[in-house]
Amino acid sequence: MAREKINKGFAEMFKNGVIMDVTTPEQARIAQEAGACAVMALERVPADIRKDGQVARMSDPGMIQAIMDTVSIPVMAKVRIGHFMEARILEALGVDFIDESEVLTPADESRHVDKSQFKVPFVCGARNLGEALRRIDEGAVMVRTKGEAGTGNIVEAVRHMRAINEEIAALKGMDDHQLAHRAGEMRVSLDLVTKTRDLGRLSVVNFAAGGVATPADAALMMALGSDGVFVGSGVFKSENPAQMAHAIVQAVIHYQDPAKLVEISKNLGTAMIGLENKVLEIKMAERGV
Amino acid sequence: MRVGLLGLQGAFLDHIPHLERCKVTPVVVRDVQSLASIDRLIIPGGESTVMAKFLREFGMIEPLQERIASGMPVWGVCAGAILLAGQIDGSRGIIDALAISVIRNAYGRQIASDTHSIQIALLGLKEYPAIFIRAPRINCVGQGVTVHASRDQDPVFVQKDRMLASTFHPELNADDVFHRYFISL
Repeated sequence: MAREKINKGFAEMFKNGVIMDVTTPEQARIAQEAGACAVMALERVPADIRKDGQVARMSDPGMIQAIMDTVSIPVMAKVRIGHFMEARILEALGVDFIDESEVLTPADESRHVDKSQFKVPFVCGARNLGEALRRIDEGAVMVRTKGEAGTGNIVEAVRHMRAINEEIAALKGMDDHQLAHRAGEMRVSLDLVTKTRDLGRLSVVNFAAGGVATPADAALMMALGSDGVFVGSGVFKSENPAQMAHAIVQAVIHYQDPAKLVEISKNLGTAMIGLENKVLEIKMAERGV
Repeated sequence: MRVGLLGLQGAFLDHIPHLERCKVTPVVVRDVQSLASIDRLIIPGGESTVMAKFLREFGMIEPLQERIASGMPVWGVCAGAILLAGQIDGSRGIIDALAISVIRNAYGRQIASDTHSIQIALLGLKEYPAIFIRAPRINCVGQGVTVHASRDQDPVFVQKDRMLASTFHPELNADDVFHRYFISL
């Protein structure tokens, strides 16, 4: 319980910030200088994982260590859904946060990692309230939309953020009996559902992820109620990564100010090339419900 | 009373329930203009590198230094304490207003973050569960700086005139005792 409070508090510190995927110490340094509040260390960004079509696993701890040694901001890393041993390895390595991520190939098709058994904090993806609350019940102290990683298409992240918001709003009007029924439907504890209804939001920090490619995308997600933004392929698959990274961070600060967003969005070069949903062979968001 | 929350990054919204219970008006500060409209300022927890970067880019450091020099109360929490410090990791500080020297992430990474029971006679707290998150260590305090609380030997809650710095996170606990004290300065 005490650990949960410390880890939930840590996630609060990321709020109104941008967490960026990086694959090398050099990229991590660029991200830090651009104003990232944390980096996600991984061997291939989601756009490349998608292209390769191979099994994607936890990154080499040596590579993650090199990034931890390079930057002073927190370093996150990904494990496969349900792969508690990859999680044990990253915890022993000392990463600051673990992302149990659908971007990697799932290791267990029916179970997520029991995150309450770990000292290190976890973030997990969700498409709807049920997924979000199941992850929180399992011990996640941070949630993010799944979106559709590596596509540069914001539509799925918007769908997931709106779904969570609408499902929480719907809890408001429910009596105890309906609430119990809803908890059963979602397979989560009634306590957590009641708490979520009373708060009017998730009880943990909720970030946007999966498809953020421009400052406007980041500002959109903030305006929809995200606490902050993950940018995966959107930075280092763009023409000018340092500029794009800096612009996305500023867009999160000034998302309520369209005049500032104009200046922020000017002359950034080409954003990452986006992929339409219908051409996707793999829907990563369908992994790990 | 309008209490500013530096809103460049981090856990600034977490202070709002505390301030509202204290019957003061929270104002999120993201630029020089809003800095002029507040009576005091909380610099929240978050990433000090991010806040330092945008304080500089948005030209907020000098106006902030002037307001602090003319007596505006300011409270730095964790990253905020780093920003106020005169010295950071042996180099010249960012806002450089409070005569303390800090070492960033001195207690280790997140796995080493922890709750420590500390005593704060000033606030009548005997066993306060202070939450330290990738906290900085205050390794030296200058003349005129009062140490209100320590963790082992390290100062964790200090004051000079109307400046406060805490390396732990009172905003993550339910009580408002720190906020009430800050507002009373």
